[in-house]
Amino acid sequence: MDIFLQQLINGLVLGSIYALIALGYTMVYGILELINFAHGEVTMMGAMICIAVMGALLSAGGLPAIVVLALGLAAAISICMVLGYSIERVAYRPLRGAPRLAPLITAIGMSIVLQNTAMLIWGKQYLTFPKLFEPQRYEWAGAHVTSLQILIVVLAITLMGALLLLVHRTRLGRAMRATAQSPELAGLMGINPNTVISFTFIIGAALGAVAGVMVSAYYGLAHYYMGFLLGLKAFTAAVLGGIGNVAGAMLGGMLLGIIESLGAGYIGPLTGGFLGSHYQDVFAFFVLIVMLVFRPSGLLGERVGERA
Amino acid sequence: MRDWQRRWRGWKRNRQVVLGAWIVIGIVLALLPFVTGATLGRGWVRIIDFALLYVMLALGLNIVVGYAGLLDLGYIAFYAVGAYVYALLASPHFGLHWPVWMALPLGATVAAVFGVLLGSPTLRLRGDYLAIVTLGFGEIIRIFLNNLNAPFNLTNGPQGINLIDPIRIVDLGFSETYTVFGISFPPTHNYYYLFLTLTLAIIFISIRLQDSRIGRAWVAIREDEIAAAATGINTRNVKLLAFAMGATFGGVSGGLFAGFQGFISPESFNLFESIIVLCMVVLGGMGNIAGVILGAVLLTTFPEALRYLGELQYMVFGQVFVDAADLRMLVFGMALVLIMIFRPAGILPSMRRRRELGADAPVAAQEQASLYDAQR
Repeated sequence: MDIFLQQLINGLVLGSIYALIALGYTMVYGILELINFAHGEVTMMGAMICIAVMGALLSAGGLPAIVVLALGLAAAISICMVLGYSIERVAYRPLRGAPRLAPLITAIGMSIVLQNTAMLIWGKQYLTFPKLFEPQRYEWAGAHVTSLQILIVVLAITLMGALLLLVHRTRLGRAMRATAQSPELAGLMGINPNTVISFTFIIGAALGAVAGVMVSAYYGLAHYYMGFLLGLKAFTAAVLGGIGNVAGAMLGGMLLGIIESLGAGYIGPLTGGFLGSHYQDVFAFFVLIVMLVFRPSGLLGERVGERA
Repeated sequence: MRDWQRRWRGWKRNRQVVLGAWIVIGIVLALLPFVTGATLGRGWVRIIDFALLYVMLALGLNIVVGYAGLLDLGYIAFYAVGAYVYALLASPHFGLHWPVWMALPLGATVAAVFGVLLGSPTLRLRGDYLAIVTLGFGEIIRIFLNNLNAPFNLTNGPQGINLIDPIRIVDLGFSETYTVFGISFPPTHNYYYLFLTLTLAIIFISIRLQDSRIGRAWVAIREDEIAAAATGINTRNVKLLAFAMGATFGGVSGGLFAGFQGFISPESFNLFESIIVLCMVVLGGMGNIAGVILGAVLLTTFPEALRYLGELQYMVFGQVFVDAADLRMLVFGMALVLIMIFRPAGILPSMRRRRELGADAPVAAQEQASLYDAQR
């Protein structure tokens, strides 16, 4: 039972990070029907920038830890917002109305560019997240929780709540939903679809940056290649929840995180030791495939008609 | 129409010009390894061999993505299956040394079976859902290859399989150097001619498939699945056939890769490879055989050519600022973006796509939009 609880907690932490990244994928997809492959790399950039800024501030010295963290996070978020905006401007806007796979290729190209830019700036080695606080450990029903884990989950849930409010309660959110339904009609209603699309990318990138900082703080490491797998997982989560659906991405992310860590904990005993915990990714993908076979449009996705 | 376009059309209709062009292409292809070997060095012949392997792969993926319109992000899995089947049947790993004419077709068949295995549960999915499932499938295959060294050693895990038998047809071992009429044929050259022959065969099959009943059925499914079903196409079988055909091509080139390289490991079959093959297809011009070939050759040779970036910096600035190995992928990514922005339908788009994107594109879009409204 305590293993179950422990893996559930780990899964929840991982899942809230996935969910934050998945939101970036799903919002862009909802409006442009485009897989923004470069989003994982934006997340990576967020982590790297935060660590670099914090490192510089710490070596300068004289600032309390909480200010250093806040400044690092702010730098990561703002630079990633600019990145998200410029990626859309450079790589996707010229290709509106082009065949559907063309922006996919530019997305891949952008992701290669970002990855290698990060490699040129910070090198190939792992960056370590500076230890700012000594995380407190709590014990609860035989499972361990650290204050960092609690912070990650609470922050993620707060951000997701804020996003839901933004999408459903503000003018911008209404414009986003209208553009997602039909960019042309939204244009007739006085909405500038390009502005809305830019905002979507900026918001997604900001959430991605926060998630990137969370990952690097959680594992204590960041690497120029980390965005690839993270993005892949988050995209999987977005599809699991029904791509294009904001609540679906949150649900999908949480579920994927929990499935993964439960899979890692139980796959060995379940198969009689035949498959070890290094099959956890297989487990996650397997669940995804089975789920999609029975619900082809994701958990919360609308049933898409037979659209070519 | 511009002047050069009119002249080009005139040439295309002139039989003698066409025949002459084919003869020139034939001579170039026949002499390519010697010319390259003499000018750029032996290493480049090897790169050309790899380019041919990628041409085969890209043509296989073109069937799935270009003809049938099914976005497959895990295509490299079939390449992996073909390579591993060949490697297991012709290496000291199990002590088996099957001849190539048995191991290679078996590898292709197993790959085709995997293609159907992947295809059958995913038939109901479309677009990006299909993409993520195929991606997951590719990763599952790679993870299994990486971990199946326990409880019994099937794939030798991350170390991969070593000392794979080189391809040998009867007495002709491709990894030996022959001298015919005083001309020396080193292994890379031998493999070049073998790969070239098979590539030409695959090109021929692709062309014939394109114009066949099946090929037209694929295009019909890509354009509109419901309409295709209404005209009597068995969409399930035809889609499965697309997966199987694509997988077969992948399996063949995988087997050749294993025999050529002599060593394979799961690392060669990661997601990035799938993505690069997809880039070859889309960048060259989806659904157009010449475009796909161009895309494959370009994307294999271009990153290699970028290795000279270091020397270029040295020549221009007198010193090397950034290591070429670090810089070349950055340039590669930028090139992908730029090419797609300037040629959204690929470098050599297929005729059908060119027409779709031509002058009457707004009309087509309008038609499409009213169709959507009708469905709601």
